[in-house]
Formats: sequence, C-alpha cells, structure tokens
Amino acid sequence: MRLYAALVYLFLYIPIGVIALFSFTAGRHASQLQGLSVQWYGKALHNPFVMDALQTSLMVALISATLASTFGAMAAVALQGLRGPVRVAFDGLIYIAVMIPGIVIGIATLIALVTLFAGLNPIIAAVWPAGSAPPQLGLGIGSLVAAHTMFLMALCIIIVRARLSGMDRSLTEASSDLYATPMGTFRQVTLPLIFPAILAGFLLSFTFSFDDFIIAFFVAGSETTLPIYVFSSIRRGVTPEINAIGTMVLAVSLTVLMVAQFLLRRGANKGGGA
Amino acid sequence: MSRRIRNFLLLAPAGAWFLVMLVLPLAVVIIFSFGERGPAGGYVPAFTLAQYANLPARWAAFRNTMMLAPTGTVAALVIAYPLAYFLAVRVSARWKMTLLVLVIVPFWTSILIRSYAWIFLLGGRGIPALLDLIGISDLRLINTPFAVLVGIVYGYLPLMVFPIYVSLDRLDKRLLEAAADLGARPWAAFVQITLPMSIPGIATGCMLVFILLMGEYLIPALLGGGKVFFVGNALVDLFLQSRNWAFGSAVAATLVIVMLVTVSIYMRLMARLGNGRDDVSLM
Repeated sequence: MRLYAALVYLFLYIPIGVIALFSFTAGRHASQLQGLSVQWYGKALHNPFVMDALQTSLMVALISATLASTFGAMAAVALQGLRGPVRVAFDGLIYIAVMIPGIVIGIATLIALVTLFAGLNPIIAAVWPAGSAPPQLGLGIGSLVAAHTMFLMALCIIIVRARLSGMDRSLTEASSDLYATPMGTFRQVTLPLIFPAILAGFLLSFTFSFDDFIIAFFVAGSETTLPIYVFSSIRRGVTPEINAIGTMVLAVSLTVLMVAQFLLRRGANKGGGA
Repeated sequence: MSRRIRNFLLLAPAGAWFLVMLVLPLAVVIIFSFGERGPAGGYVPAFTLAQYANLPARWAAFRNTMMLAPTGTVAALVIAYPLAYFLAVRVSARWKMTLLVLVIVPFWTSILIRSYAWIFLLGGRGIPALLDLIGISDLRLINTPFAVLVGIVYGYLPLMVFPIYVSLDRLDKRLLEAAADLGARPWAAFVQITLPMSIPGIATGCMLVFILLMGEYLIPALLGGGKVFFVGNALVDLFLQSRNWAFGSAVAATLVIVMLVTVSIYMRLMARLGNGRDDVSLM
C-alpha cells in the first residue's frame, strides 16, 4: 500500500521534475543533459516575445482576478439569505458557467463579440466627431479579461459562499443584538471572516487565468499570452527554453497556490468552531 | 439603504457580467447553429437544420471522445481509488493533510506544461530510449491513444482522488471494527462496507473528470499528434481554420447536449445507488 502510494506520487511529480531538471542543461538540445547552467533562463528572459507574452498574461490575470474576486464576493454576500427567483437564476448561471467546457465558452465568446463589434463599429464611426479616427472595437486584452472574469466570478462566488455558510450564525446575531448597524456588522464581523476566502478566490483566479490556454486561444485576438506562446513553440519543436519557461510558470503557480492553501486553512480554523 | 436596494447593487455587476459574457454568447451559439456558412466563412442568417444534418461529418471526433473520455475516467478511478483509500484510512493524522495537498496541487498548475512534460517523456529520446536499453526497441508511444490516455490520467488524477478521499475519510471506522469482531474477513468488510460507503465520492470524481474530458483539447492536440482527436480539436479546426461558424456552433451545441444528457442519466443512476449527494469542493 505504501509502495503503491509512493509510485503514484512519483508518477505525479517525475514529469514536473524532469522538465525542471532539463531546463538547467548547458547543452543545446532539450533531451540531453550536458552540464548544468542557467543559460536558458537568461535566454528566455531576454526573449522579447516571451517578455511581451508574460506581461500580457500577468496583466490579464491581475485584472481578471481582481474583478472576479470583488464582484464574486459582493454577489456571494447578497445571495446569502436570499430566496426566490433571483437566487434560482444566479444558482443556474453559476452552475452553467462551471459546467460548460472552457472551449465552448471560448468559441461562444469569440463569435458573439466579433458579431457584436461588427454591428457596433459602424455606429461608433457614424457618431464619432469628425477630425479624429474613431476607435475600432476588436478582440484583445479587454475581451480576454471579460471572458476570464465571467468564469472566475462563478468560482469566487462558490468559494466565498462556502465560507459564509460555514460561518457561525450567532456571531452576526450577537453583533446586531449589541446594536451594531447592518453595515457595522458587515465591516466588523462578516468581512474579516470571509476575507481569507476572498483572497484565496483571488489567488486561485490568478493562477487559473495565468495558466489558461483554451479560452485565450479563441478570444485573445492578436494578443499572445504566455500559454499561447508556449503552445505555438511546442508545435515548432521541443527546446530547453520551453523547459525553462515551463519551470518558471509552474513555480509561479505553486507559490500562489501555497499562499492560497495557507489562507484557506487559517480562515477555516478561525471561524470554524463556535 | 433598504435591503432590496443593497442586494440589487451587490448583484448588479455579477448579473450584468453573466448576461453579456455567458447568456448572450451561448444564445449566439444556438442561433448560429441554425444558420448557414458565409462564402468567406463566418455566418449568414438562416433557419435550417442543415448543420445538424451534417454532424456525421465529424462522427470520428464524437466517437473518439465518447470512447476515450469514459476510458480515461475509469483508468483515473482505478489508479486513484487505492491512493484515496491509503490517504483516508492508513495515513496518520499528522501526514494526511500534507500528502493530500501534494496530490491536489498539480491540478491547479498549468495543464499545458504538464502535458508538455509527457511529450518529452514519451518522445523518441524519453521512455522509448530507456526501453531500448533493455532490449525493447522500436516502440512508439507518442501520438498514440495510449499517450493521450496517459496524459488524461496524469492531468485529472488529482480531481478523482479528492472526492473519493472525502467520502472515505467520513467513513466511521467503528463499522470496520464491528465487521472484524463479527468475523468478517478484511476483503469482505471492504466489499460490504467501505466500497458502498465511498460510492458518492466515486460518483462525484467520475463526473468531474468526465465533464472536463468531454471538452478536452490540449491533451489530444499535444499527445495525440493529430491522429487521436476529440470534439475539442474539431471545434478548434472549425472556428480557427475553416471559419465555419454555423457548423461549428452545431458541433458545440451538440457537445453540450450530449454532455448534459450523459451527466443527468449518470446522476440519476448514482442517486439510486448512493444515498443523497455529496458537497465537495475542489480545494
């Protein structure tokens, strides 16, 4: 039994380890380990395409995660204790957002936005004051952020809601018994208790957006995110540079995840018992 | 501020966002699936079932998906179950959390990089080169259904382990002691107590993995080398290469319908088998 578990852990971590190990090769081929060096990290970090893609990915992830965790937390607080058709509608939307495959979200967003922009651009051009060129709406960072935020908002609502429903009711009741205003109760009792969940939602959203390939593939337009760059490089052949980029990408996600895990657990300990 | 206005303000951004970025796009897919392809690609308004009638043209993609998604799910289950059992029953409380986190963490890292790792391992200079040393030569692993299956199991194993672990962890260990006291052999106790009690976890795990596999694109694209393709690969081809939006929408709508039907049949079956559903989070 122990041996079996050890084998499964090896299965899970050997591929990651191999990528990391071969990224330190001093040779020129991805599949040979000739001495150790960090030259491929230097190459990757000096490659303007990589840096551009990295910048785009970080920006999209940061904006999407901020919007998703803010709006998601707001919605989760409102949905708590809400009954009736609004609640049913939101439950349905969250369920659909999580259930529908990412690839379908990608293509649906692509054709909807392209069609919408094709209709809006002539209107904008018509009402735009003469003398300056009217802006052209198109796919890019904006559409990517919008698509990521939609999906991640559903994720954040689920995470914050789980925290809210695990929260000890008597705390908010005690607060209002002691004549705190609803806003005061929210600021001094509810918010501190759900804050770890909001932050964990933000961090999970960040890693998800940063790692997402399939939605970005459809809605990023001419923009290149890091996963899109890596995907097209893999198509051209395996190089130590991809190993170096891959190792850095994994390192970023792992760090963010460790923080999220820590926050979720600390949050659970703080508000768990009565 | 009244409660009603407060709730409205809190829900408005999320609601508007879902409306524009989820409801509208999905409605567009449904509308376009009844349309026609424009001369230069794209979409021309129409009301025809021609796109759905044309679905058999992509039959191979649906067949591959409907064969490899369940196979991958079962393979992941077979590998995940003993590990989940080990973590829930055999490991001391001190190590439990650490070992569990180690299983789940890979799931939240880039599936692209993790699949890429297998191109590396299964490619000519990876495992086949090692096997060559012990006399097994000319073995092709990459770009085969086997490679896709390895990628699937590798990618989705964490998602299978976690719900099964949760259901086994909740199992009252005194039941097993009672069974042993009453003379049941370990194997009999497992089949009659442990296994039935873990069915909700198995059901949740299989459903999560199956849903994600139905829409998979990256793993077959990277490890199947164009020979093993899923519906996801057909969709990328239809939208990004041939720009046939009408037919692509019909394929996408069909994928979602097949998925929903399979899942609801499955859930009904499981509801009959187990007792009630399990709430399981992924983190």
